[in-house]
Parts: sequence; structure tokens; C-alpha cells
Amino acid sequence: MRPVSRSLLYAGLLVALLLLSGVSLIAGKVWVPWNVWVSPEADPRWAIVFELRLPRTLLGLAVGAALGLSGAVLQGYTRNPLADPGVLGVSAMAALGAVLTLYYGVTAVVPWALPVAAVSGALIGVAILMVLSGSASSLVTFILAGAILNILSSAGVSLALSLAPNPWAVNEIVDWLMGSLADRSFEEVTIALPLIVLGCGLMLTTGRALDALTLGEVGARSLGISMGRTRWTLAVGVALAAGASVAVTGVIGFVGLVTPHLLRPLVGARPGALLVPSILGGAVVVLAGDILVRLTPTAGEVKLGVAMAALGAPFFLVLLLRLRRTIA
Amino acid sequence: MSVLSCTDLGVRIGQRAILSAVSLSIEAGRVTAIVGPNGAGKSTLLSCLAGLREPSSGLAALDSVALSAIKPRDRARRLAFLPQTPEIAWSVEARTLIELGRTPLIGARGQTAEDRTVVDRAMAAANVSEFEHRIVDTLSGGERARVLIARALAGEPQWLLADEPLAGLDPAHQLDAAALFRRLADEGIGIVVTLHDLSMALRLSDRIIVLADGAVLADEPPATALSAEVLKRAYGIEAILTRGPGGPLIDVIRRT
Repeated sequence: MRPVSRSLLYAGLLVALLLLSGVSLIAGKVWVPWNVWVSPEADPRWAIVFELRLPRTLLGLAVGAALGLSGAVLQGYTRNPLADPGVLGVSAMAALGAVLTLYYGVTAVVPWALPVAAVSGALIGVAILMVLSGSASSLVTFILAGAILNILSSAGVSLALSLAPNPWAVNEIVDWLMGSLADRSFEEVTIALPLIVLGCGLMLTTGRALDALTLGEVGARSLGISMGRTRWTLAVGVALAAGASVAVTGVIGFVGLVTPHLLRPLVGARPGALLVPSILGGAVVVLAGDILVRLTPTAGEVKLGVAMAALGAPFFLVLLLRLRRTIA
Repeated sequence: MSVLSCTDLGVRIGQRAILSAVSLSIEAGRVTAIVGPNGAGKSTLLSCLAGLREPSSGLAALDSVALSAIKPRDRARRLAFLPQTPEIAWSVEARTLIELGRTPLIGARGQTAEDRTVVDRAMAAANVSEFEHRIVDTLSGGERARVLIARALAGEPQWLLADEPLAGLDPAHQLDAAALFRRLADEGIGIVVTLHDLSMALRLSDRIIVLADGAVLADEPPATALSAEVLKRAYGIEAILTRGPGGPLIDVIRRT
């Protein structure tokens, strides 16, 4: 298939983002029609837009961008279309870090403890993956390493839940784990955005190295790529972006897995060419998902993390069936 | 004239010595073939000479500068390496793959018109222009091997080190590849190849290095390198050097 022209793709993604951002501000249990925007003082619904929906939309954009790019970068690095911060256990490790701060009640005293713990958890997770990939970076070792990280962190989370000092702590942890953009404020935006921007900036510098990795690690090194530098730029970048995302929204899986896949037929398989489109595409996926959960007619709002998992699992299955031939 | 050399080069993996005390000096502008039985250390030697493997002892140097002391990007500009079993991870177009050869030369601005011209020339030289836009997965093994040769040429290297570049090519394309290596050497590029086909080594190269058990057994011009005695010691075979209509031939008679 011939890839579509870059400018057309970017234009399409940007238009989709603008439209979705608009809908994200207007749509929900309470619809805020256009005329409210024109005369803000007269209508109390203005507060809904500014204090609830605007931070929610901004977070959706930032977290989607972070997860989409993390997925594209991890797939490029591992040369494995099944890679994503969720599948490889990076998000789970970030969640474990965050849960530990919730468990000890540190967040009430030191508000930045949670993002720091989440980013640290993510960094430990990526570091373990990189160490394992240093010796044998086969598809199987990566998926197994991810499974181990996922098991390890879910055991840690379960331990924290079972030993929780009081039911409120349990409630807080469970509620947070499910992953959602609901009821977020500008405080979360100011925590996450700088870390996400920094992480994405680092990841974007790895494009040429990821391209060269198409020829494998030996091929990339023979082209003058320093694998050590690439590995650590990528590890820190993914940890910052994915860790900060988990810190403010909990675990939202499958965005990083799905986004590069949807874009690959449009931009071609070269990993470096997927990076910027995945930023935009991830934001589109998360915003669209968040609008859908808001509009789902249930008593309480469906958690975004839950909805993404419900949509993502079948996608993962199809991918696995298609890949079965190549990895068997 | 550029010189690629190694001095007292040794490589150990655990307790096993893969190479021991190998000293060589290879000049550019010639085709040098490294031959030897399976497990003799050919690939290991080649990757040391390519600066991709740190030897356990001794050193490999390019123009008397240790390869480990040259920045990876600078090394990659001068020296191209074709691994024996190249990995191609993604289903990209042949041209995209060949363009990767320009990686060490491309600046922050990305590809220039000159880069594209060089890539076109590399494709023409390796005879792969016709499948520029084919996805690499759809190419045959031989076509892919030629695409990878074009990838190496796209970097306009001073040296081309290739591990079994003729394996998987049919006889006609083997001859094409051999002629290409010859032409590149005549243009001043240093060609170092490992080969299994001894007759091809005789016809293609200016110099043959015979490795056995991690040491150099012979290092001579083709006319004398593959003597019956050397072949017996290296491969454990009884063979004679004859002459066919197409050039020298190694006729293997039996195992000794």
C-alpha cells in the first residue's frame, strides 16, 4: 500500500483533534451549547467548561500523546508490534509506585510524591526491560519480561490493598487504578504536562536510531548508532511520559498499542516516520474514548481505563492471531 | 592508501578462545577473502575489523588509530559492514532500507538531493533499481541480498566488510556481485569478505587469509594460499587446485 502524503495525514489528524477537543468541551451529562460560550457571565455552565472540561480535555490530549508516542517508540526499539507501555509492564510499575504513595498516605502531605513515585516506578520497569533486551532482544523475551513486570506489580498492588490501613485508602487506590480523566483539575495538568513534554522531546530524538534498528542491533551499530545512548534516552523518555500519564490518570492501556498500528498503513512501516503521527493519533484515540465514556448512558461514568481495555483486548487478540504465523 | 589492521587480536567467550594472536594488515583497493572451516572464527574476526566487537586482547585499527577510539559515527562513515544473517525488522520499501546506509552522513536537515543521487547510484550498481518500491518481504533471498549490498554502498564507504555476501545468491548473481566487488576494489575501496566457496575465493580475491581454530594458517595470494597441505590442515580434506575453463578450481577428492 502506498502511504498517503504526510501533509494530508497531518491535516487530517489535526482536524480530528480540533473537532474532538471542541466536542470534549461541549459534551457530557450536561451539554454546554455554543451560546453559553458567547455570554459567559450569564450562565453557570461556563464553570463546567472551564474548571472541569478544559483540564480534562488538555489532560486527554497530553496523556494520549504521551501514550501514543511511547507505544511507537517501544515498538520501534523492540522491533515488535505488540510492544506498548501497558503490555510491557511499564504502566503497571508506574502504578505500583503511585499506589505505594497512596498506601502510605504520603500524597496528603507531599503532593508531588505520587508523580515522582510513578515516574520512578516506570523508570525501574523500563530499566529492567532494557537490561533483559541487552542480551537477547527476541520478541518472546520482551513479552515474557513484560508479563513478569505485570505480575510483580499487580502482586505489589494486591499486597498494598490487603494491608491497607483503612477502607478509604482501599477505595482511593482502587478508584485511581481504574484509569480515568474525570474530575481532574489544572493541578494535574501542571504536574503532568512538563514531564510529558520533556519525555516526548527525548523520545523524538531517537527517530533515526529507531530507523537504523530496522537492520537489527548489529546493523544499527554498524551505521554508527550508539545503542547505549539510544537505550537510555528512550528509557528516560518513556518513563517520564508514561509515568507522568499514569500519575495523573491511572492506568489507561492499549493506546500505545493501537495507535501505531492504525497509522502504519498510512505512513509506512519506517519507525521514525511513525513518531509524530503517533503523538497526534494517541491524542485522538484518548479524546475519542473519553467522550464515549462520558456519553455512555450508565448511572456512574464508565472508567476510561476499563473502556480502553474492553476495546483493546479484542484488538490485541486479532494482532496476535495475525502474528502467530510469523513468530511460530 | 587506507590500511585496516589488527595486532595480536584475541577473542575469548568464557573459557573458549575464538581467535588467538591474529595479526594482519589489509590494504584498501584490493579484495581480501577470509576462508576457513565452520567455527574457525571468520565472522568474529570480521566483526572485530568492523569495530563492532571489542577484542579480549590486542587491537584492531584503521590507519593506525584503534577502532575503539574512533567515534561510532565517524567509523560508520568510513566502514560499511554486511552481517551474515541480516535482520530486517519492518516491512519497508527497498529504497527506504537502502537509504538507511546514509544514516551516518545525514545531518540535522535530513535527506538532500545529493543523498538521493547517491542512493540512486548505489541501487544501479547493485542492480536493484527495478524494485525500488517493492516491500522487502516480497523480495526473494537473492534480491534481498542485493538490496543489502546497495544499502552498504549508499554510505559511500572507504571499506566494505561483508560476511558471506555470496551465500544465497544464484550463480549468475554471484558473478554479478563478484564483478561489483572487483570494480569497487579497482575504484580504491577496501573489500574484505568471508567466503565458503573456495573456487570463488580464488577467482575473486587478490589475497586469501585461511583461518583455522582461531589462528591464521595461510595468508597469501590466491595462487599459493590454498595448497593441498593447507586445505588438509584447515578442512581435513584431500583436494587439489586445478584449472577449469572459467578459472582456477578446487577439486575436493575426499575427507582425510
